Amino acid sequence: MTALKDLFSSLLDFIQRLGAMGSFLMRILRVLPGSLRRFDMHLRQLWFIGAMSLTIIIISGLFVGLVLGLQFYSALNQFGASGALGTLTALSLYRELSPVVAALLFSGRAGTAITAEIGLMRSTQQIEAMEMMAVDPIRHVVAPRFLAATIALPLLCVVFSALAIMGAHWSAVLWLGLDNGTYWSSMVGSVDLVDDLLAGVFKALVFGVLVALIAAYQGYHAKPTGEGVAYATTRTVIHSAIAILAFDFVLTAFMM
Amino acid sequence: MAANRSFEIGTGLFIVLGFAALLFLATQTTNMAGFRAADTYELKARFTNIGQLKERAPVKLAGVTIGTVRSISLDGTALDAVVHVDVDSQFSELPEDSSLSILTSGLLGDQFLAIRPGGSPEFLVDGDEFLLTESSLQLEELIGKFMVGGDGGGERGN
Repeated sequence: MTALKDLFSSLLDFIQRLGAMGSFLMRILRVLPGSLRRFDMHLRQLWFIGAMSLTIIIISGLFVGLVLGLQFYSALNQFGASGALGTLTALSLYRELSPVVAALLFSGRAGTAITAEIGLMRSTQQIEAMEMMAVDPIRHVVAPRFLAATIALPLLCVVFSALAIMGAHWSAVLWLGLDNGTYWSSMVGSVDLVDDLLAGVFKALVFGVLVALIAAYQGYHAKPTGEGVAYATTRTVIHSAIAILAFDFVLTAFMM
Repeated sequence: MAANRSFEIGTGLFIVLGFAALLFLATQTTNMAGFRAADTYELKARFTNIGQLKERAPVKLAGVTIGTVRSISLDGTALDAVVHVDVDSQFSELPEDSSLSILTSGLLGDQFLAIRPGGSPEFLVDGDEFLLTESSLQLEELIGKFMVGGDGGGERGN
């Protein structure tokens, strides 16, 4: 009986948190146009959230591409279909791997940074100080980070794809001896700009909103202690990962 | 001020890199550079079997893509497949007695439509139908024919 009660109350907690996040998103969106007047704030966040994440995205993209080239080559070669390697690599990257892997890496690199930063501002009472001075912390702290993450993730996703295509070219064409022309032309033949490439970029945009919202929410509502900030940072990674994978399923089901 | 400037340059470079990657992927790995004619006219053709032909498959003349398959449907009374194709308007001088056949690129590749031009002085215009068509080659039928023997037509067993 108590187990049932616990389950019910945790379900209620979950729904309550969902509602709180929704209203948090509304608050961000309401102040977003006004905060654009301080454009240098946004630029600084785009540098910190986007450009500083490039290193991990580039390295991971390259290695994912190298592995895809090796794996697909050995699998396809069994059927004598190694000519389809380019198509398979590009489609799996654009439609699934790039948006999802880039978003997961992004939540680990930038999401945690957002949570820790806002959480620390909360625990050192900087947020309260801002409110005392009638400066809206949502507008000056949260909104620039939210917008920067939303812009940065689609760009990072595309960079990831480009590097992975290069990586697969390296392993499949330069090492394993797949024909260079076959590799590129099999992509051009069956990859669509809108249905495959831009659909993946749209996914990344949605994931960017999710990660930014979860990270900012967790930081803003962190318990103002060292432990509370640590907890919030952990939750950012876990919640982002679950949200990304769940939304990926929903988006894929809709866009197929 | 100097620090601010380097921030802005770095951020600008990040955005430029992102769009450069998008441009690279769009032009090098997708069909964007493929067939996209602004102005087309529509022709149709009937086939007894279209095989694996799909919508948006290329329509080629002498190996050059001049159009795409717009739609494929089944004629319920004549019981054959009706294929509508869009052809680029700058190739408006296809002879009336041209034939259309479904071919396969490579042994197991995608199927496409090939136009074999005829010799008529009259040209096909919007809405016209190809009268001479050649259905797709069915590998199973070919193997079946091969197995029961060529000229005997299955009589060889006696």
